[in-house]
Amino acid sequence: MDLSIVVPLTLAGAGLFGLCRKTDIYTALCTGSGEGVKVLLRIFPALVALLTAVHMLRASGLLDQLVSVFSPLFHMVGIPPETAILVFIRPLSGSAALAIGAELMAQYGVDSLIGRTAAIMLGSTETTFYTISVYFGAAKIKKTRYAIPAAIIADLVGFIMAALFARLTYA
Amino acid sequence: MTMSLIWLFIVLSAFLAGLINGSMPAVAEAAMTGAGSAVQLCLGIAGPICLWSGILEVLKASGALDMLAKLLGPINRLLFPAASLDRETLQAISANMSANLLGLGNAATPAGIKAVERMASKSPGIASNDMCTLIVLNTASIQLIPVTVAGIRASLGASAPFDILPAVLLTSLVSVSSGLLAAKIMRHFW
Repeated sequence: MDLSIVVPLTLAGAGLFGLCRKTDIYTALCTGSGEGVKVLLRIFPALVALLTAVHMLRASGLLDQLVSVFSPLFHMVGIPPETAILVFIRPLSGSAALAIGAELMAQYGVDSLIGRTAAIMLGSTETTFYTISVYFGAAKIKKTRYAIPAAIIADLVGFIMAALFARLTYA
Repeated sequence: MTMSLIWLFIVLSAFLAGLINGSMPAVAEAAMTGAGSAVQLCLGIAGPICLWSGILEVLKASGALDMLAKLLGPINRLLFPAASLDRETLQAISANMSANLLGLGNAATPAGIKAVERMASKSPGIASNDMCTLIVLNTASIQLIPVTVAGIRASLGASAPFDILPAVLLTSLVSVSSGLLAAKIMRHFW
């Protein structure tokens, strides 16, 4: 399937829509890009800390040892065991998941099965526990009932499906 | 605090494993070079992230985001039968969902918090069914275009950075549906 149309179409479509609504497209585009810089400045310090930690973990050999420990369990549900650490960290921290996902893509190859699985996992899951703590914390909810198990079920299904679709679309 | 523990846990594990496995020279080198790859990663995704933020700003300024929120109204009435009776709560939910669909995390969170706070005034301290639905929709990803991931793929030289799009969308759809279905079943026992 050729998807090269997605980004150019979005750009042209957004611009055309903005023009029809008499928006100053160019100014909005530049203002938005400036916001993007702020986002980057916010995540960069976290990535420095986390990528250092992840690099150390990999260099120590422990990461490979962990992979072989979790290998049987992950094989059972069809998830490449190399992505185990991503599965564990994804619900906790967005920037840590970004760091680990990018590492997996770089290490095993961006178009490899593992690299693609990591990319699909990153794109289709969220920082579950962080989100829950922010929302329920703000609303002062003590009895969370089934919210956490339901969110975890969605995550588990997401990880398994990401691995499945990565395999199906891997040529 | 959580992040401090995660970071310390990883670094301490690496240090101990370095001692036990005798891989301390490699760990030492990694400690000095790891930060450099953060610079590379940030530079790699800087372009796509800034461009996309710009496009989203165009959509926001031209009112497309509000239109999307309006379109989501009927769906949200079905998903949040109790909370949607309150107009302002429904608006906050719709703003939260439309921002999530476009990947506007900065706009999604305040709207989501406003929605959950308004719902909490009806059931203080206890999560209502509609609150749990909102949580599931926010903890599963419903972002339509995975820009950051595609940006990483592009910076690493992927042949077609966006070819993961169908897989991402299908995975999100199945994952969100399972979460909502699980919530629907579990509400009878909790």
